[in-house]
Amino acid sequence: MSDALSPTRTPAFKARLRKRYAAERRFRFAGLSAILFSVAVLVFLLGSMILNGLGGFQRVTLKVPVDFTAASLTVPTGVTDRAYAVRSLGDQGMADVVRFSAERTLGEDAAAELSPDAWRIVAEQAVSDPGLLLGQAEFDLPVTEDLASAYSDSAAELAPLAQRLAADGKLTKGFDAGFLTRSDATSPQEVGIWAALKGSMLTMLVTLALAFPIGVLAALYLEEYAPRNRWTELIEVSINNLAAVPSIIFGLLGLAVFLTLFPHMRSAPLIGGMTLALMTMPVIVIAGRNAITAVPPSIRDGAMALGASPVQVVFHHVLPLALPGILTGTIIGMARALGETAPLLMIGMRAFVATPPDGFTDPATALPVQIFLWSDEIDRGFVERTSAAIIVLLLFLLLMNGLAIYLRNRFEKRW
Amino acid sequence: MTPSLLLLLALGLGLAGWLAARARAWSFRRAAPELRLAALPSYHGWYVALWVIVPVMLFALVWNVVSPQLVNQSVLASPAAADLPPFGMQRETMLAEARAVATGAAPGVFNPAARDLVDPFREALSRYNAIGLAVTLLIAFGAGAWSFLRLKPDFTARTRVERAVMGMLLLASLVAILTTLGIFVSLVFETVRFFGMVSPVDFLFGTHWGPDPMSSAENPDPTRYGAVPLFWGTIFIGAIIAMLVAIPLGLLSAIYLTQYASLRWRKWLKPSLEILAGVPTVVYGYFAALTVAPFVRDIAQSAGIANASSESALAAGLVMGVMIIPFVSSMADDSIAAVPQAMRDGSLAMGATTNETIRRVLVPAALPGIVAGVMLAISRAIGETMIVVMAAGAAANLSANPLEAMTTVTFQIVAMLTGEGSFDHPATLSAFALGFVLFLVTFALNFVALRVVKRFREAYE
Repeated sequence: MSDALSPTRTPAFKARLRKRYAAERRFRFAGLSAILFSVAVLVFLLGSMILNGLGGFQRVTLKVPVDFTAASLTVPTGVTDRAYAVRSLGDQGMADVVRFSAERTLGEDAAAELSPDAWRIVAEQAVSDPGLLLGQAEFDLPVTEDLASAYSDSAAELAPLAQRLAADGKLTKGFDAGFLTRSDATSPQEVGIWAALKGSMLTMLVTLALAFPIGVLAALYLEEYAPRNRWTELIEVSINNLAAVPSIIFGLLGLAVFLTLFPHMRSAPLIGGMTLALMTMPVIVIAGRNAITAVPPSIRDGAMALGASPVQVVFHHVLPLALPGILTGTIIGMARALGETAPLLMIGMRAFVATPPDGFTDPATALPVQIFLWSDEIDRGFVERTSAAIIVLLLFLLLMNGLAIYLRNRFEKRW
Repeated sequence: MTPSLLLLLALGLGLAGWLAARARAWSFRRAAPELRLAALPSYHGWYVALWVIVPVMLFALVWNVVSPQLVNQSVLASPAAADLPPFGMQRETMLAEARAVATGAAPGVFNPAARDLVDPFREALSRYNAIGLAVTLLIAFGAGAWSFLRLKPDFTARTRVERAVMGMLLLASLVAILTTLGIFVSLVFETVRFFGMVSPVDFLFGTHWGPDPMSSAENPDPTRYGAVPLFWGTIFIGAIIAMLVAIPLGLLSAIYLTQYASLRWRKWLKPSLEILAGVPTVVYGYFAALTVAPFVRDIAQSAGIANASSESALAAGLVMGVMIIPFVSSMADDSIAAVPQAMRDGSLAMGATTNETIRRVLVPAALPGIVAGVMLAISRAIGETMIVVMAAGAAANLSANPLEAMTTVTFQIVAMLTGEGSFDHPATLSAFALGFVLFLVTFALNFVALRVVKRFREAYE
């Protein structure tokens, strides 16, 4: 009787079914492991950057008591230019005073490992507070790369000296706020990312000012007004293609066109921003078109029925409703531009920039390019600094993407 | 006069025009309250403002290009310029130095010979600044007055302003075509110059790559410009190794996310894939050079391969593959989602397991879309620069050993253009020829892929 009810339940069938279910489980497991692999790589990548980078936010400093009473240093009075005042103190022999004090209190071997530019920090503080020059004061001064690496590496040549100084509490490792305010330098102990960060910001401003209006206007034209003809199709093909052209090609364009037109603006944020704007514009157009199509036709019909002209319909009704979506796309495009390196290398934003740019036409570098330049350095200390700069870059990207997600969730309407 | 100052001036004059014209339109309305204006007062304002701003901006654009040359000419005509070196670098640097001092960009000159030029520069700069300002004001008031006098109660300001707006929209969308054209023309131009020095046959089919930027530019050695090793390196890293990682992992991820994962898991896993796509390439490059490449080398050495280098095609390709996973996954995701639900339901109703449905129904049905996605992924991988620059090495090897250092088209573009070579040297120009090949290949891949995607979407709609 049971045979009649289930004629297929033969042992062979059961074995086959078991095999099929096993294949199903294997397949499912393969899918899960594929995605977990990606997540694991992501976690590993971020983890190794954070582990390396935490050291990059710290630096080793030497506590040096400096006695100014014997030296007759004075801050020039009536000078508003700080750099000039610092230079003047240097001319008066500030470096020797610092070095002499260090030799007397810490020994000659320790004084020799003081960073050659350490007196600048003392001079800067003295300029802010001229009263310092009348007495004694203690300063946290940077040291050479050799001593800094000996602090954590007991096999290094200078390890005994580092241990002695550390035992005295003179050599300490602490959070280095200056990393965010200083600029590029030759020693990893003295580098900072402010010049690169400022260069990136100026570049992004130019990119935004060009790509956003052009992108939005082009998207409006293509979605709302463009007649269906050859030209429109050509525009669409070029936008879709530009969105997929390798970024380095835009660098070649910037080099061949922009730098030929403005030859003395090599490595200026203006040129970098223009190059990146061409790259970002198609992204904004595509995001903008999606946002504009999502606005229901009834809105347009309603406005049109009340007598609005086609331009009024678009600028008074469609654009404000599509704006959150357009902004989301813009921020994502800008985040991509912020992380872009190759086109900026092409147009020369890879120079050694030790002073932050003051305007759109000053020589500058950008944060990703700075990361690339540091990654090429041989000095061990640059590994940590590079990772720290990467953390800063990733934080900015996270901030921008977070803002995009917030805008999307907060303002996006569903019809 | 700086560009930003001119811009501010143009906007300020425009605002003045806007306010004046609107006030005039209001006065029309007050004078004859029973008549309707043909356009709202603010449109009258916009009409005049546009007439002020657009000509001034155009003038500013032209003036920015022309005025430095006019200044240079008048300085060169001055007696102090008589004893300048006739041509070449020294003359240029002296002029640039004097200009920097005269504009206040630099505190003093290094070259004493340039000091005499500072005063003529200052004079010429102030003279041409005054001329520029005068012409700007003249244009602004001329155009403003002309448009202002045209305003009447029955003046159709709105249609005119809207016509200008439409013109702006059209111009904005033409930027895309101009960009494509600009890329094409500039690459073709430099490539033709390069092919004037090295024959295309030597370039496309030669198997030895080793341009020497320091050699004489007059008669380059064409046997050093064979790009085949670069093409092979690019294909090997971007289209073979990276795809061996990205296609299976991306496809499986997409299938798991769309077919198996519960809503809660999906909510967490999908954004983490998107984060992977958002990491800048320079970070991947650093990761490849710092972590993956030494790891690959150690594994190779422990497997008995003694001469494994720390820069290998494998390391660059693996990291590039990971970078591409989210891209393949989202393309596959879209194509699978486009397959009609009825096909899936039909297969399940016949008693197929989920896995059989996916492999025998969904994937074959979505195949055109998936293939197009893979083509886009390849085009992205071969155009990727930073990972190979930081991890793949500079040696042009024509080998199939993934543990060897290998170089790519993008790497050589960067290397040739960031060196010290002059702009007329074939080594520098070869970068543009490489860029042109890269552009054509990615263009073809993108064009075909986008066509396929479009056709595929239409098939199921």
